[in-house]
Amino acid sequence: MTPPDDHQQLSARVRRQAWGVGVAVGAYGLGFGALAVANGFTVLQAVALSSLVFTGASQFALIGVVGAGGAAASGVVAALVVGARNAFYGLRLAPFLEVRGGRRLIAAQLTIDESTAVAIGQRSTPLARTGFWTTGIAVFVCWNIATVVGAIAVDQVSDPQVIGLDAAVGAAFLALLWPQLTTKTARSVAGGSAVLALVLTPLIPPGLPVIAAAAVGLAFAWPEPRPASTEPHQPEVGDE
Amino acid sequence: MSELWWAIGALAIGGYALKASGYFVPEWVLERPRVTRVALLTPVALLAALTAVQVFGQGQGLAVDARVAGLAFAVGALLLRAPFLVVVVGAAVVAALVRLIAG
Repeated sequence: MTPPDDHQQLSARVRRQAWGVGVAVGAYGLGFGALAVANGFTVLQAVALSSLVFTGASQFALIGVVGAGGAAASGVVAALVVGARNAFYGLRLAPFLEVRGGRRLIAAQLTIDESTAVAIGQRSTPLARTGFWTTGIAVFVCWNIATVVGAIAVDQVSDPQVIGLDAAVGAAFLALLWPQLTTKTARSVAGGSAVLALVLTPLIPPGLPVIAAAAVGLAFAWPEPRPASTEPHQPEVGDE
Repeated sequence: MSELWWAIGALAIGGYALKASGYFVPEWVLERPRVTRVALLTPVALLAALTAVQVFGQGQGLAVDARVAGLAFAVGALLLRAPFLVVVVGAAVVAALVRLIAG
């Protein structure tokens, strides 16, 4: 049993951690606001993306495809593929959040990388709930404020190329990709799809090469891994 | 209404549907290993493709210009575990400097 004092201390620590994450994510928000405007979105559109879509990598995917001259619809498809992981976060969170009705609808919107990571890292269910809600709200607030600031700042700049903002978009994608390159499979997929996208660029309309590259991910992910793979093999237990 | 507003609306609805599906869809639909692997690897493919196209693409063609210097800086900064803003701002500054010197 955890004494009440101890629990209060622990949950205060979780809240501090949550706001720390929120402020750190704000840095990405500055980058997003700035690059959205540099890629032809208005300040209002940048803020609409950050509040309504509210999942960073997807927002970057949309502005990247549109900025490169792709159709908006291609950008939406790319963004949805990138955002599919949020479905798995909800699955992980639902059993201990135990949200119903309106709270479940709000919880869904706050289901992102950061809120999931903080929630899952806690050692008790109440702390996990505190972690989820505080991180979700902190990131939402910081992300949106930072988007406005970044967007307005770049709105004042006449030619984004002069200050190298076109190069910043590629760097932003690489920074989002980097933490996911931990396995050999992921690195092969990344290399293969980058090459495929470049080969296809002169051949098909802008935006589509990126979506075709997702096929590389599918091709790698579809077959069952061989038992001889280096990943630990989970034995099948028939106790369900 | 402009095309971009339609895209934002569609992404807001689609993105929210994905987030909510984890709370509403039965577990067995999403818990299959194949679904998990596809969900993990397709974003890797997309982000890598987006990086490549952003750095080397120019409309329907390819070009090697100051953006490559920006990318090289980003790789170095990421290897040194630099924070996101350092990576992105640094890449922009390096590309701008290269243009200033070359142009």
